[in-house]
Amino acid sequence: MPDQIVETKSLSYHFGINQVLDNVSLRVEAGSIYGFLGPNGAGKTTTIKILLNLLHSDSDKVYLFGKEFSKNRIEILSKIGSLIEQPAIYHHLSGRENLINRTRLLQIPKIRVDEILKLVDLTESADKKAGKYSLGMKQRLGIGLALLPDPELLILDEPTNGLDPNGIIDVRNLLRKLVSEMGKTVFISSHMLSEVEKMVTHLGIINRGKLVFQGSLEELHKISKKQILIQASDPDKAKVLLSENGYPTDLLAEILYTPYISKEQNAEINSLLVTNNHKVYSLSQSQENLENIFLSITQ
Amino acid sequence: MRGFILSLQSEFYKTRKTLAFLSSILLPLALCLMVSAGFYLNAHKMVNHTAEMQWMRFSGAFIGVMGSLLLPLLIIFQSFSINNIEHKAEMWKSLFSLPIPKWSIYSAKFVYALFLNALCLTLFATFILASGIILDLLKPELKFNEFGFAGTLFKLHLKLFLASTGILSIQFLFSLLWDDFLKPMGIGLLLTVFGIITANLGWKYAFTIPYTHPMLAINSIMKQVLNNKNQQMTFDLMSKEIWFSLAVTTVTFVIGNFVIRNRSVK
Repeated sequence: MPDQIVETKSLSYHFGINQVLDNVSLRVEAGSIYGFLGPNGAGKTTTIKILLNLLHSDSDKVYLFGKEFSKNRIEILSKIGSLIEQPAIYHHLSGRENLINRTRLLQIPKIRVDEILKLVDLTESADKKAGKYSLGMKQRLGIGLALLPDPELLILDEPTNGLDPNGIIDVRNLLRKLVSEMGKTVFISSHMLSEVEKMVTHLGIINRGKLVFQGSLEELHKISKKQILIQASDPDKAKVLLSENGYPTDLLAEILYTPYISKEQNAEINSLLVTNNHKVYSLSQSQENLENIFLSITQ
Repeated sequence: MRGFILSLQSEFYKTRKTLAFLSSILLPLALCLMVSAGFYLNAHKMVNHTAEMQWMRFSGAFIGVMGSLLLPLLIIFQSFSINNIEHKAEMWKSLFSLPIPKWSIYSAKFVYALFLNALCLTLFATFILASGIILDLLKPELKFNEFGFAGTLFKLHLKLFLASTGILSIQFLFSLLWDDFLKPMGIGLLLTVFGIITANLGWKYAFTIPYTHPMLAINSIMKQVLNNKNQQMTFDLMSKEIWFSLAVTTVTFVIGNFVIRNRSVK
Protein backbone atom coordinates (compact mmCIF):
# COMPACT_ATOMS: atom_id res chain seq x y z
CA MET A 1 0.00 0.00 0.00
CA PRO A 2 1.40 3.45 -0.88
CA ASP A 3 2.22 5.83 1.99
CA GLN A 4 -0.03 8.52 0.57
CA ILE A 5 -3.60 7.26 0.27
CA VAL A 6 -4.84 10.58 -1.05
CA GLU A 7 -2.71 13.02 -2.96
CA THR A 8 -3.73 16.06 -4.98
CA LYS A 9 -1.17 17.99 -6.98
CA SER A 10 -1.83 21.73 -7.16
CA LEU A 11 -5.53 21.08 -7.62
CA SER A 12 -7.57 24.04 -8.83
CA TYR A 13 -11.25 24.17 -9.69
CA HIS A 14 -13.62 26.77 -11.06
CA PHE A 15 -17.40 27.09 -10.99
CA GLY A 16 -17.82 29.36 -13.98
CA ILE A 17 -15.61 32.36 -13.29
CA ASN A 18 -15.40 31.66 -9.55
CA GLN A 19 -12.24 29.93 -8.43
CA VAL A 20 -13.29 27.48 -5.73
CA LEU A 21 -9.97 25.67 -5.24
CA ASP A 22 -6.57 27.23 -5.70
CA ASN A 23 -3.52 24.94 -5.92
CA VAL A 24 -4.63 22.54 -3.20
CA SER A 25 -2.03 19.84 -2.56
CA LEU A 26 -3.42 17.34 -0.07
CA ARG A 27 -1.41 14.49 1.37
CA VAL A 28 -3.27 11.92 3.43
CA GLU A 29 -1.14 9.21 4.94
CA ALA A 30 -2.25 5.60 5.26
CA GLY A 31 -3.68 4.76 8.68
CA SER A 32 -4.38 8.37 9.62
CA ILE A 33 -7.52 10.25 10.56
CA TYR A 34 -7.21 13.36 8.45
CA GLY A 35 -9.40 16.26 9.53
CA PHE A 36 -10.21 18.57 6.65
CA LEU A 37 -11.25 21.84 8.19
CA GLY A 38 -12.52 25.12 6.95
CA PRO A 39 -15.39 27.54 7.31
CA ASN A 40 -18.56 27.05 5.28
CA GLY A 41 -17.92 27.73 1.60
CA ALA A 42 -14.15 27.25 1.91
CA GLY A 43 -14.09 24.45 -0.69
CA LYS A 44 -14.31 21.30 1.48
CA THR A 45 -17.25 19.64 -0.26
CA THR A 46 -15.91 20.60 -3.69
CA THR A 47 -12.59 18.92 -2.80
CA ILE A 48 -14.40 15.81 -1.57
CA LYS A 49 -16.54 15.64 -4.72
CA ILE A 50 -13.37 15.83 -6.81
CA LEU A 51 -11.82 13.06 -4.68
CA LEU A 52 -14.85 10.91 -5.57
CA ASN A 53 -14.80 11.93 -9.24
CA LEU A 54 -18.26 13.53 -8.91
CA LEU A 55 -16.72 16.76 -10.14
CA HIS A 56 -14.22 16.40 -12.94
CA SER A 57 -10.80 17.94 -12.44
CA ASP A 58 -7.87 18.14 -14.83
CA SER A 59 -6.12 14.81 -15.29
CA ASP A 60 -2.93 14.04 -13.32
CA LYS A 61 -4.10 16.16 -10.38
CA VAL A 62 -5.82 13.58 -8.18
CA TYR A 63 -4.17 10.36 -7.01
CA LEU A 64 -5.72 7.82 -4.67
CA PHE A 65 -3.93 4.69 -3.52
CA GLY A 66 -1.05 5.89 -5.70
CA LYS A 67 -3.10 5.79 -8.90
CA GLU A 68 -4.42 8.59 -11.10
CA PHE A 69 -8.17 8.77 -10.51
CA SER A 70 -9.77 9.29 -13.91
CA LYS A 71 -7.84 6.35 -15.41
CA ASN A 72 -8.61 3.97 -12.51
CA ARG A 73 -12.08 5.14 -11.41
CA ILE A 74 -13.74 1.79 -10.68
CA GLU A 75 -10.70 0.24 -8.98
CA ILE A 76 -10.26 3.29 -6.74
CA LEU A 77 -13.96 3.65 -5.88
CA SER A 78 -14.08 -0.02 -4.87
CA LYS A 79 -11.77 0.86 -1.95
CA ILE A 80 -13.71 3.92 -0.77
CA GLY A 81 -16.79 4.38 1.40
CA SER A 82 -18.23 7.87 1.44
CA LEU A 83 -20.82 10.14 2.97
CA ILE A 84 -21.24 13.50 1.27
CA GLU A 85 -23.27 16.32 2.82
CA GLN A 86 -26.71 14.94 3.74
CA PRO A 87 -26.89 11.14 3.89
CA ALA A 88 -28.32 9.76 0.65
CA ILE A 89 -31.00 7.27 1.67
CA TYR A 90 -34.27 6.07 0.18
CA HIS A 91 -36.96 7.36 2.51
CA HIS A 92 -39.61 4.87 1.38
CA LEU A 93 -37.36 1.92 2.29
CA SER A 94 -36.49 0.84 5.82
CA GLY A 95 -32.96 1.19 7.17
CA ARG A 96 -32.41 -2.52 6.59
CA GLU A 97 -33.76 -2.35 3.03
CA ASN A 98 -31.46 0.58 2.26
CA LEU A 99 -28.51 -1.54 3.32
CA ILE A 100 -29.79 -4.65 1.49
CA ASN A 101 -30.16 -2.65 -1.70
CA ARG A 102 -26.54 -1.55 -1.40
CA THR A 103 -25.31 -5.11 -0.68
CA ARG A 104 -27.05 -6.20 -3.89
CA LEU A 105 -25.42 -3.45 -5.91
CA LEU A 106 -21.96 -4.14 -4.52
CA GLN A 107 -22.33 -7.94 -4.20
CA ILE A 108 -21.66 -7.93 -0.49
CA PRO A 109 -22.87 -10.85 1.68
CA LYS A 110 -26.21 -10.01 3.35
CA ILE A 111 -24.85 -10.97 6.75
CA ARG A 112 -22.94 -7.68 6.68
CA VAL A 113 -26.27 -5.81 7.00
CA ASP A 114 -26.84 -6.98 10.59
CA GLU A 115 -23.21 -6.26 11.48
CA ILE A 116 -23.53 -2.69 10.21
CA LEU A 117 -26.90 -2.13 11.88
CA LYS A 118 -25.31 -3.19 15.16
CA LEU A 119 -22.22 -1.08 14.56
CA VAL A 120 -24.23 2.12 13.97
CA ASP A 121 -26.75 1.22 16.66
CA LEU A 122 -29.80 0.94 14.41
CA THR A 123 -30.73 -2.70 15.04
CA GLU A 124 -33.93 -1.78 16.88
CA SER A 125 -35.09 0.68 14.22
CA ALA A 126 -33.88 -1.42 11.29
CA ASP A 127 -37.34 -2.14 9.94
CA LYS A 128 -38.70 1.37 10.37
CA LYS A 129 -38.98 3.50 7.23
CA ALA A 130 -35.85 5.63 6.89
CA GLY A 131 -38.04 8.67 6.18
CA LYS A 132 -39.24 8.47 9.76
CA TYR A 133 -35.72 8.40 11.21
CA SER A 134 -34.42 11.37 13.20
CA LEU A 135 -31.59 13.40 11.66
CA GLY A 136 -29.06 11.60 13.84
CA MET A 137 -30.39 8.17 12.84
CA LYS A 138 -30.25 9.14 9.15
CA GLN A 139 -26.67 10.28 9.65
CA ARG A 140 -25.80 6.96 11.31
CA LEU A 141 -27.44 5.05 8.47
CA GLY A 142 -25.41 7.14 6.02
CA ILE A 143 -22.23 6.21 7.88
CA GLY A 144 -23.39 2.57 7.88
CA LEU A 145 -23.83 2.66 4.09
CA ALA A 146 -20.34 4.08 3.75
CA LEU A 147 -18.91 1.32 5.96
CA LEU A 148 -20.86 -1.49 4.30
CA PRO A 149 -18.23 -2.48 1.69
CA ASP A 150 -15.51 -2.49 4.39
CA PRO A 151 -13.55 0.23 2.55
CA GLU A 152 -9.85 0.97 3.00
CA LEU A 153 -10.56 4.70 2.88
CA LEU A 154 -13.56 6.36 4.44
CA ILE A 155 -14.43 9.86 3.19
CA LEU A 156 -16.95 11.62 5.41
CA ASP A 157 -18.24 15.11 4.76
CA GLU A 158 -19.44 16.68 8.01
CA PRO A 159 -20.62 13.33 9.44
CA THR A 160 -21.44 14.74 12.86
CA ASN A 161 -24.05 17.17 11.48
CA GLY A 162 -27.27 16.70 13.38
CA LEU A 163 -25.77 14.36 15.96
CA ASP A 164 -26.20 15.01 19.67
CA PRO A 165 -23.08 15.05 21.92
CA ASN A 166 -23.41 11.31 22.60
CA GLY A 167 -23.75 10.64 18.90
CA ILE A 168 -20.62 12.69 18.19
CA ILE A 169 -18.71 10.70 20.82
CA ASP A 170 -19.97 7.43 19.28
CA VAL A 171 -18.81 8.47 15.80
CA ARG A 172 -15.47 9.57 17.23
CA ASN A 173 -14.96 6.22 18.97
CA LEU A 174 -16.08 4.31 15.89
CA LEU A 175 -13.61 6.12 13.64
CA ARG A 176 -10.78 5.65 16.13
CA LYS A 177 -11.59 1.94 16.26
CA LEU A 178 -11.64 1.68 12.47
CA VAL A 179 -8.18 3.18 12.27
CA SER A 180 -6.53 1.53 15.25
CA GLU A 181 -8.04 -1.96 14.99
CA MET A 182 -8.85 -2.30 11.32
CA GLY A 183 -6.11 -0.22 9.73
CA LYS A 184 -8.46 2.03 7.79
CA THR A 185 -7.73 5.58 6.70
CA VAL A 186 -10.34 8.25 7.43
CA PHE A 187 -10.74 11.60 5.69
CA ILE A 188 -13.26 13.67 7.59
CA SER A 189 -14.38 17.23 6.90
CA SER A 190 -15.80 19.67 9.40
CA HIS A 191 -16.21 23.38 9.90
CA MET A 192 -15.61 23.02 13.64
CA LEU A 193 -12.19 22.15 14.96
CA SER A 194 -13.59 21.23 18.37
CA GLU A 195 -15.59 18.41 16.77
CA VAL A 196 -12.63 16.66 15.20
CA GLU A 197 -9.75 17.85 17.39
CA LYS A 198 -10.05 14.87 19.71
CA MET A 199 -9.93 12.21 17.02
CA VAL A 200 -7.72 13.41 14.17
CA THR A 201 -4.05 12.63 13.76
CA HIS A 202 -3.53 15.04 10.88
CA LEU A 203 -5.15 18.25 9.79
CA GLY A 204 -5.65 20.21 6.61
CA ILE A 205 -7.13 23.68 6.93
CA ILE A 206 -8.67 25.22 3.86
CA ASN A 207 -9.82 28.80 3.52
CA ARG A 208 -11.22 30.50 0.41
CA GLY A 209 -10.04 27.59 -1.71
CA LYS A 210 -6.45 27.64 -0.42
CA LEU A 211 -4.86 25.04 1.83
CA VAL A 212 -3.48 27.26 4.58
CA PHE A 213 -2.19 24.54 6.88
CA GLN A 214 -1.39 20.85 6.55
CA GLY A 215 0.33 18.67 9.07
CA SER A 216 -0.02 16.75 12.30
CA LEU A 217 -1.80 18.07 15.37
CA GLU A 218 1.62 18.47 17.04
CA GLU A 219 2.76 20.68 14.18
CA LEU A 220 -0.32 22.85 14.63
CA HIS A 221 0.45 23.12 18.34
CA LYS A 222 4.00 24.20 17.50
CA ILE A 223 2.82 27.18 15.52
CA SER A 224 0.52 28.25 18.31
CA LYS A 225 1.71 31.27 20.30
CA LYS A 226 2.55 30.68 23.94
CA GLN A 227 1.40 33.35 26.37
CA ILE A 228 2.00 34.38 29.96
CA LEU A 229 -1.11 34.76 32.10
CA ILE A 230 -0.78 37.08 35.11
CA GLN A 231 -3.14 37.80 37.96
CA ALA A 232 -2.14 40.93 39.82
CA SER A 233 -3.64 43.21 42.50
CA ASP A 234 -4.23 46.18 40.16
CA PRO A 235 -4.47 44.80 36.62
CA ASP A 236 -5.07 48.18 34.92
CA LYS A 237 -1.96 49.76 36.39
CA ALA A 238 0.01 46.56 35.87
CA LYS A 239 -0.95 46.60 32.18
CA VAL A 240 0.36 50.16 31.78
CA LEU A 241 3.58 49.29 33.63
CA LEU A 242 4.24 46.20 31.51
CA SER A 243 3.45 48.00 28.26
CA GLU A 244 5.75 50.91 29.16
CA ASN A 245 8.54 48.40 29.80
CA GLY A 246 8.29 46.72 26.42
CA TYR A 247 5.85 43.90 27.17
CA PRO A 248 2.76 44.29 24.94
CA THR A 249 -0.10 43.30 27.24
CA ASP A 250 -3.80 42.61 26.88
CA LEU A 251 -6.27 42.63 29.74
CA LEU A 252 -9.18 40.26 29.59
CA ALA A 253 -11.44 39.28 32.50
CA GLU A 254 -8.93 40.67 35.07
CA ILE A 255 -6.17 38.51 33.58
CA LEU A 256 -3.13 40.03 31.89
CA TYR A 257 -1.86 38.33 28.69
CA THR A 258 1.60 38.94 27.28
CA PRO A 259 3.60 36.87 24.74
CA TYR A 260 5.93 34.26 26.21
CA ILE A 261 9.56 34.54 25.21
CA SER A 262 11.63 32.71 27.83
CA LYS A 263 11.67 31.54 31.46
CA GLU A 264 14.14 34.29 32.33
CA GLN A 265 11.75 36.86 30.97
CA ASN A 266 8.96 35.40 33.15
CA ALA A 267 11.18 36.10 36.16
CA GLU A 268 11.93 39.65 34.93
CA ILE A 269 8.21 40.39 34.54
CA ASN A 270 7.55 39.03 38.00
CA SER A 271 10.27 41.17 39.65
CA LEU A 272 9.19 44.26 37.65
CA LEU A 273 5.68 43.96 39.05
CA VAL A 274 6.83 43.20 42.60
CA THR A 275 9.38 46.03 42.71
CA ASN A 276 6.59 48.40 41.60
CA ASN A 277 4.42 47.32 44.54
CA HIS A 278 2.09 45.03 42.62
CA LYS A 279 0.97 41.86 44.32
CA VAL A 280 1.35 38.95 41.89
CA TYR A 281 -1.21 36.27 42.71
CA SER A 282 -0.28 33.96 39.85
CA LEU A 283 1.97 33.81 36.82
CA SER A 284 1.50 30.94 34.40
CA GLN A 285 2.22 29.97 30.86
CA SER A 286 -0.44 28.79 28.37
CA GLN A 287 -0.77 27.62 24.84
CA GLU A 288 -3.30 29.26 22.57
CA ASN A 289 -6.48 27.29 22.16
CA LEU A 290 -6.52 25.33 18.87
CA GLU A 291 -9.93 26.75 18.05
CA ASN A 292 -8.45 30.25 18.28
CA ILE A 293 -5.59 29.23 16.02
CA PHE A 294 -8.08 27.80 13.54
CA LEU A 295 -10.08 31.03 13.63
CA SER A 296 -7.00 33.20 13.25
CA ILE A 297 -5.83 31.11 10.27
CA THR A 298 -9.18 31.22 8.54
CA GLN A 299 -10.05 34.86 9.15
CA MET B 1 -22.34 -5.99 -17.90
CA ARG B 2 -22.43 -7.31 -14.35
CA GLY B 3 -22.89 -3.74 -13.09
CA PHE B 4 -25.84 -3.35 -15.46
CA ILE B 5 -27.57 -6.50 -14.19
CA LEU B 6 -26.95 -5.57 -10.55
CA SER B 7 -28.27 -2.06 -11.17
CA LEU B 8 -31.35 -3.48 -12.89
CA GLN B 9 -32.03 -5.77 -9.90
CA SER B 10 -31.58 -2.80 -7.59
CA GLU B 11 -34.08 -0.75 -9.64
CA PHE B 12 -36.70 -3.41 -9.08
CA TYR B 13 -35.86 -3.75 -5.39
CA LYS B 14 -36.16 -0.07 -4.62
CA THR B 15 -39.24 0.65 -6.76
CA ARG B 16 -41.24 -2.46 -6.00
CA LYS B 17 -43.34 -0.70 -3.37
CA THR B 18 -43.70 2.62 -5.21
CA LEU B 19 -46.39 3.91 -7.55
CA ALA B 20 -43.87 3.78 -10.42
CA PHE B 21 -44.06 -0.01 -10.32
CA LEU B 22 -47.58 -0.49 -8.98
CA SER B 23 -49.10 1.81 -11.63
CA SER B 24 -48.00 -0.71 -14.28
CA ILE B 25 -50.23 -3.30 -12.64
CA LEU B 26 -53.03 -1.20 -11.16
CA LEU B 27 -53.82 0.89 -14.24
CA PRO B 28 -54.57 -2.03 -16.59
CA LEU B 29 -56.40 -3.84 -13.81
CA ALA B 30 -58.59 -0.86 -12.89
CA LEU B 31 -59.33 0.05 -16.50
CA CYS B 32 -60.19 -3.55 -17.38
CA LEU B 33 -62.57 -3.83 -14.45
CA MET B 34 -64.33 -0.61 -15.40
CA VAL B 35 -64.63 -1.34 -19.14
CA SER B 36 -65.66 -4.96 -18.47
CA ALA B 37 -68.38 -3.78 -16.09
CA GLY B 38 -69.64 -1.45 -18.81
CA PHE B 39 -69.70 -4.26 -21.38
CA TYR B 40 -71.36 -6.63 -18.94
CA LEU B 41 -74.17 -4.17 -18.31
CA ASN B 42 -74.57 -3.40 -22.03
CA ALA B 43 -73.96 -6.87 -23.42
CA HIS B 44 -77.33 -6.84 -25.23
CA LYS B 45 -76.01 -4.12 -27.58
CA MET B 46 -73.14 -6.38 -28.69
CA VAL B 47 -74.87 -9.70 -29.33
CA ASN B 48 -75.67 -9.02 -32.98
CA HIS B 49 -72.03 -8.40 -33.91
CA THR B 50 -69.67 -11.09 -35.14
CA ALA B 51 -67.16 -12.51 -32.67
CA GLU B 52 -64.34 -10.63 -34.42
CA MET B 53 -66.26 -7.36 -34.21
CA GLN B 54 -67.06 -7.95 -30.54
CA TRP B 55 -63.34 -8.29 -29.83
CA MET B 56 -62.58 -5.20 -31.90
CA ARG B 57 -65.14 -3.14 -30.04
CA PHE B 58 -64.09 -4.46 -26.66
CA SER B 59 -60.34 -3.92 -27.20
CA GLY B 60 -61.00 -0.65 -29.04
CA ALA B 61 -62.48 0.77 -25.85
CA PHE B 62 -59.03 0.46 -24.25
CA ILE B 63 -56.75 1.08 -27.17
CA GLY B 64 -58.38 4.31 -28.31
CA VAL B 65 -57.90 6.01 -24.97
CA MET B 66 -54.50 4.37 -24.43
CA GLY B 67 -53.04 5.48 -27.72
CA SER B 68 -54.10 9.08 -27.60
CA LEU B 69 -53.71 10.11 -23.97
CA LEU B 70 -53.31 7.44 -21.33
CA LEU B 71 -50.12 5.83 -22.60
CA PRO B 72 -48.17 9.09 -23.01
CA LEU B 73 -49.34 10.22 -19.56
CA LEU B 74 -48.39 6.93 -17.96
CA ILE B 75 -44.95 7.09 -19.58
CA ILE B 76 -44.44 10.67 -18.40
CA PHE B 77 -45.38 9.63 -14.86
CA GLN B 78 -43.27 6.45 -14.81
CA SER B 79 -40.13 8.06 -16.24
CA PHE B 80 -40.46 10.84 -13.70
CA SER B 81 -40.95 8.40 -10.81
CA ILE B 82 -37.97 6.22 -11.70
CA ASN B 83 -35.58 9.18 -11.71
CA ASN B 84 -37.31 11.08 -8.93
CA ILE B 85 -36.44 8.31 -6.46
CA GLU B 86 -32.80 9.33 -6.89
CA HIS B 87 -33.46 13.10 -6.97
CA LYS B 88 -35.58 12.93 -3.82
CA ALA B 89 -33.04 10.88 -1.86
CA GLU B 90 -30.14 13.02 -3.21
CA MET B 91 -28.81 9.68 -4.34
CA TRP B 92 -26.99 10.57 -7.58
CA LYS B 93 -23.83 11.58 -5.70
CA SER B 94 -23.92 8.31 -3.80
CA LEU B 95 -24.69 6.15 -6.86
CA PHE B 96 -21.93 7.73 -8.91
CA SER B 97 -19.38 7.27 -6.15
CA LEU B 98 -19.94 3.50 -6.18
CA PRO B 99 -17.57 1.26 -8.10
CA ILE B 100 -20.10 0.75 -10.88
CA PRO B 101 -19.71 2.20 -14.39
CA LYS B 102 -21.96 5.21 -14.94
CA TRP B 103 -23.28 3.80 -18.20
CA SER B 104 -24.57 0.71 -16.43
CA ILE B 105 -26.48 2.76 -13.83
CA TYR B 106 -28.02 4.90 -16.60
CA SER B 107 -28.74 1.98 -18.93
CA ALA B 108 -30.32 -0.09 -16.15
CA LYS B 109 -32.67 2.77 -15.30
CA PHE B 110 -33.56 3.24 -18.95
CA VAL B 111 -34.17 -0.47 -19.52
CA TYR B 112 -36.22 -0.63 -16.32
CA ALA B 113 -38.44 2.22 -17.59
CA LEU B 114 -38.90 0.26 -20.84
CA PHE B 115 -39.66 -2.85 -18.79
CA LEU B 116 -42.38 -1.07 -16.80
CA ASN B 117 -43.99 0.14 -20.01
CA ALA B 118 -43.78 -3.35 -21.52
CA LEU B 119 -45.19 -4.88 -18.34
CA CYS B 120 -48.09 -2.45 -18.34
CA LEU B 121 -48.97 -3.12 -22.00
CA THR B 122 -48.55 -6.90 -21.60
CA LEU B 123 -50.90 -6.80 -18.62
CA PHE B 124 -53.35 -4.74 -20.65
CA ALA B 125 -53.38 -7.39 -23.38
CA THR B 126 -53.62 -10.21 -20.81
CA PHE B 127 -56.42 -8.57 -18.81
CA ILE B 128 -58.39 -7.71 -21.98
CA LEU B 129 -58.13 -11.32 -23.08
CA ALA B 130 -59.06 -12.65 -19.64
CA SER B 131 -61.94 -10.18 -19.34
CA GLY B 132 -63.31 -11.26 -22.74
CA ILE B 133 -63.23 -14.89 -21.70
CA ILE B 134 -64.88 -14.12 -18.34
CA LEU B 135 -67.55 -11.94 -20.02
CA ASP B 136 -68.28 -14.83 -22.35
CA LEU B 137 -68.83 -17.13 -19.38
CA LEU B 138 -71.03 -14.62 -17.57
CA LYS B 139 -73.00 -13.68 -20.69
CA PRO B 140 -73.20 -16.77 -22.93
CA GLU B 141 -74.91 -14.74 -25.66
CA LEU B 142 -71.56 -12.99 -26.34
CA LYS B 143 -69.24 -14.71 -28.83
CA PHE B 144 -65.76 -13.93 -27.54
CA ASN B 145 -64.88 -17.64 -27.40
CA GLU B 146 -65.65 -18.10 -31.08
CA PHE B 147 -62.67 -16.12 -32.34
CA GLY B 148 -59.03 -16.47 -31.42
CA PHE B 149 -57.94 -12.88 -30.76
CA ALA B 150 -54.87 -13.42 -28.55
CA GLY B 151 -52.24 -13.17 -31.32
CA THR B 152 -53.71 -9.96 -32.76
CA LEU B 153 -54.13 -8.44 -29.30
CA PHE B 154 -50.52 -9.02 -28.28
CA LYS B 155 -49.23 -7.87 -31.68
CA LEU B 156 -51.30 -4.70 -31.32
CA HIS B 157 -49.86 -4.00 -27.88
CA LEU B 158 -46.36 -4.75 -29.10
CA LYS B 159 -46.86 -2.13 -31.79
CA LEU B 160 -48.09 0.33 -29.18
CA PHE B 161 -45.03 -0.43 -27.05
CA LEU B 162 -42.65 0.16 -29.95
CA ALA B 163 -44.50 3.35 -30.85
CA SER B 164 -44.17 4.68 -27.30
CA THR B 165 -40.42 4.10 -26.83
CA GLY B 166 -39.61 7.46 -28.43
CA ILE B 167 -41.75 9.35 -25.90
CA LEU B 168 -40.30 7.27 -23.10
CA SER B 169 -36.70 8.04 -24.05
CA ILE B 170 -37.36 11.79 -24.27
CA GLN B 171 -39.31 11.92 -21.01
CA PHE B 172 -36.65 9.79 -19.35
CA LEU B 173 -33.97 12.28 -20.36
CA PHE B 174 -36.08 15.23 -19.16
CA SER B 175 -36.68 13.72 -15.74
CA LEU B 176 -33.02 12.74 -15.49
CA LEU B 177 -31.93 16.32 -16.05
CA TRP B 178 -34.59 18.08 -13.98
CA ASP B 179 -35.40 17.15 -10.43
CA ASP B 180 -38.81 18.85 -10.33
CA PHE B 181 -42.12 17.41 -11.48
CA LEU B 182 -43.42 20.44 -13.35
CA LYS B 183 -40.85 20.77 -16.13
CA PRO B 184 -40.93 17.20 -17.52
CA MET B 185 -44.66 16.87 -16.83
CA GLY B 186 -45.52 20.27 -18.32
CA ILE B 187 -43.42 19.81 -21.45
CA GLY B 188 -44.63 16.23 -21.82
CA LEU B 189 -48.28 17.26 -21.59
CA LEU B 190 -47.81 20.13 -24.02
CA LEU B 191 -46.11 17.88 -26.57
CA THR B 192 -48.79 15.19 -26.10
CA VAL B 193 -51.58 17.68 -26.83
CA PHE B 194 -49.59 19.01 -29.78
CA GLY B 195 -49.15 15.42 -30.98
CA ILE B 196 -52.89 14.70 -30.71
CA ILE B 197 -53.74 17.83 -32.70
CA THR B 198 -51.20 17.21 -35.46
CA ALA B 199 -52.14 13.52 -35.73
CA ASN B 200 -55.86 14.34 -35.90
CA LEU B 201 -55.27 17.02 -38.50
CA GLY B 202 -53.44 14.44 -40.57
CA TRP B 203 -50.35 16.64 -40.92
CA LYS B 204 -47.95 15.11 -43.41
CA TYR B 205 -44.95 15.30 -41.08
CA ALA B 206 -46.75 14.37 -37.85
CA PHE B 207 -44.64 11.20 -37.70
CA THR B 208 -41.59 13.36 -36.90
CA ILE B 209 -43.14 14.16 -33.47
CA PRO B 210 -42.61 11.15 -31.15
CA TYR B 211 -45.69 12.09 -29.08
CA THR B 212 -47.92 11.27 -32.10
CA HIS B 213 -46.50 7.78 -32.61
CA PRO B 214 -48.95 5.73 -30.47
CA MET B 215 -51.88 7.49 -32.09
CA LEU B 216 -50.40 7.18 -35.58
CA ALA B 217 -49.75 3.48 -34.90
CA ILE B 218 -53.43 2.95 -34.03
CA ASN B 219 -54.51 4.97 -37.06
CA SER B 220 -52.31 2.86 -39.33
CA ILE B 221 -53.77 -0.36 -37.83
CA MET B 222 -57.32 0.89 -38.37
CA LYS B 223 -56.53 1.99 -41.90
CA GLN B 224 -55.06 -1.38 -42.83
CA VAL B 225 -57.87 -3.36 -41.22
CA LEU B 226 -60.57 -1.26 -42.86
CA ASN B 227 -58.83 -1.47 -46.24
CA ASN B 228 -58.68 -5.25 -46.07
CA LYS B 229 -61.26 -6.58 -48.48
CA ASN B 230 -62.37 -9.31 -46.08
CA GLN B 231 -61.85 -6.98 -43.08
CA GLN B 232 -59.39 -9.37 -41.42
CA MET B 233 -57.42 -8.13 -38.44
CA THR B 234 -54.07 -8.08 -40.20
CA PHE B 235 -51.63 -5.19 -40.03
CA ASP B 236 -47.92 -4.47 -40.31
CA LEU B 237 -45.94 -4.34 -37.10
CA MET B 238 -43.19 -2.11 -38.42
CA SER B 239 -44.74 0.97 -39.96
CA LYS B 240 -43.07 4.33 -40.63
CA GLU B 241 -43.79 5.83 -37.18
CA ILE B 242 -42.43 2.72 -35.45
CA TRP B 243 -39.11 3.01 -37.27
CA PHE B 244 -38.99 6.68 -36.41
CA SER B 245 -39.82 5.97 -32.76
CA LEU B 246 -36.99 3.44 -32.53
CA ALA B 247 -34.59 5.88 -34.17
CA VAL B 248 -35.55 8.61 -31.66
CA THR B 249 -35.08 6.10 -28.81
CA THR B 250 -31.60 5.16 -29.99
CA VAL B 251 -30.46 8.76 -30.48
CA THR B 252 -31.91 9.96 -27.15
CA PHE B 253 -30.40 7.00 -25.30
CA VAL B 254 -26.95 7.83 -26.68
CA ILE B 255 -27.38 11.53 -25.80
CA GLY B 256 -28.48 10.60 -22.24
CA ASN B 257 -25.47 8.34 -21.82
CA PHE B 258 -23.16 11.10 -23.01
CA VAL B 259 -24.78 13.61 -20.62
CA ILE B 260 -24.44 11.25 -17.64
CA ARG B 261 -20.84 10.39 -18.43
CA ASN B 262 -19.73 13.99 -18.61
CA ARG B 263 -22.02 15.59 -16.09
CA SER B 264 -20.67 16.68 -12.73
CA VAL B 265 -22.77 16.06 -9.63
CA LYS B 266 -22.97 19.48 -8.00
